[in-house]
Amino acid sequence: MRSSSATRSSAWTCAAPAALVPLLVALTACGSGGAQTDQPDQPGQPGQPRAVTVLAAASLTEPYQELAAQFQAQHPGVQVKFDFEGSSTLVQQIKQGRRADVFASANAKNMDKVVQEGLNAGPPRTFTTNKLTIAVPPGGGGDVRSFADLAAPGRKVVVCAPQVPCGSATEKVERATGAQLRPVSEENDVKSVLHKVAAGEADAGLVYVSDAKSAGGQVRSVDFPEAGAAVNSYPQVALKDAPQPQLAQDWESFVQGPAGQAVLARHGFGAK
Amino acid sequence: MTPRRAQPAAAVPAPLRPLAAVAFLLVVLPVVGLFTRVDPLRLPQLLTSRTALDALRLSLITALAATALSLLFGGPLAVVLARGRMRGLRVIRALVLLPLVLPPVVGGLALLYLLGRTGPVGSLLDQAGITLPYTTAAVVLAQTFVAMPFLVVGLEGALRTGGQGYEQVAATLGAGQWLSFRRVTAPLLLPSLGSSAVLTFARALGEFGATITFAGSLRGTTRTLPLAIYNTSQDDVDAAVAMSLLLVVVALVVVVLVRPRAIEGRA
Repeated sequence: MRSSSATRSSAWTCAAPAALVPLLVALTACGSGGAQTDQPDQPGQPGQPRAVTVLAAASLTEPYQELAAQFQAQHPGVQVKFDFEGSSTLVQQIKQGRRADVFASANAKNMDKVVQEGLNAGPPRTFTTNKLTIAVPPGGGGDVRSFADLAAPGRKVVVCAPQVPCGSATEKVERATGAQLRPVSEENDVKSVLHKVAAGEADAGLVYVSDAKSAGGQVRSVDFPEAGAAVNSYPQVALKDAPQPQLAQDWESFVQGPAGQAVLARHGFGAK
Repeated sequence: MTPRRAQPAAAVPAPLRPLAAVAFLLVVLPVVGLFTRVDPLRLPQLLTSRTALDALRLSLITALAATALSLLFGGPLAVVLARGRMRGLRVIRALVLLPLVLPPVVGGLALLYLLGRTGPVGSLLDQAGITLPYTTAAVVLAQTFVAMPFLVVGLEGALRTGGQGYEQVAATLGAGQWLSFRRVTAPLLLPSLGSSAVLTFARALGEFGATITFAGSLRGTTRTLPLAIYNTSQDDVDAAVAMSLLLVVVALVVVVLVRPRAIEGRA
């Protein structure tokens, strides 16, 4: 029979690896799950699966993931990797030398910054558009029927800050309608606006049609005609140092083509 | 109690020096990298812009208020944790440290779900006509939530290492608990109270995630300096870097000027 100290030490040596197993499983699981979005961008070798890396505005998350599945089905052995962030964050990363194949921006201004630095291969092309809508909580906001209603005193309205694309669109609409909003908060991205409305912490928020659609039943959207004064166009470009220049072009044409446009339209985006 | 003997000043052992240098560079070099981006010609105009000054003023006011709240409530909590004898104190201590572990955005969501107008407490406040989200008070609350644990941990540590010898002597001399706390414990705590308060203030000053989630972002009301920096960076990174210079300067002034006096001024 073993002494109690031997038992204890063998229990230790067994327990430590046993405790490590779930950790390792979790880590590898994260690794393969994250590969879809986070892996660094390596050039593919012949005979090996190739990956095309697309840096895309956060608002494109849902349609682009759907498009990637179709693109991969058409291009066996090719994987589409995404990083969805705010356009201006992506521009900073590209300027600091992040290697990727395609950049899809949520507005022309951020695309211009990439072009000014000469980091693009070929001219950017607009592939879709988006416009604003009023998001209200599903159970409330019954008295919001027009953009001017948002200016009513005491109404808690949340908008995007003017520095980000949805905020500059909001400013344009304000100028077009002459209605002066007094928001309780100017958020840094459209998803935060959406979240505050869905959580019931705002009476109304200005978001893109596609965002309201992606929120499903969490918000109700009230369209208004003046949104046409600020239609936001989304340009896309292949990057100069693309590890996969051919795949970058293929992706661009695919998004511009009928299949790409159909998916974007289904997610609430407008024609290019 | 054994009186602590003064050790002769020992030199720093050689193996520690290069490691200390790495630690220093790891902290300082990125900040240096930041300032290589600042355009000195634009700097004065960027630093005195209305956006920057409004944000700086709001940040100073809210961080001071958060530090005051942390002292008022966190100080007594530290005493309870260090000296209390009730059961479950360990659990309470672990819970108090939660804000250090939680991502600040989650802290902000937690505050929003509790105190927002659809939350269990927030809906009661709403009926009483009190709204917290989108107000400066919400900023102070978010900062206090995130920063107070620094005060509690620092103060509790000092109370424990300090021991209770002097208080026991005070008790033998006939001092009651409250008198002994005021005249013996509190003065002994002053140095660590100062350094903990500075840490708390610094953390409150840099608070971002909980604030933007719970309080929102509006110039002059809820847009503190970190929020203004992030907001500006969406559009003009150089201006954002210049504004972060303001934050670094304020933090350095506080830490360099206030802290040594607080910790070196022996009680």
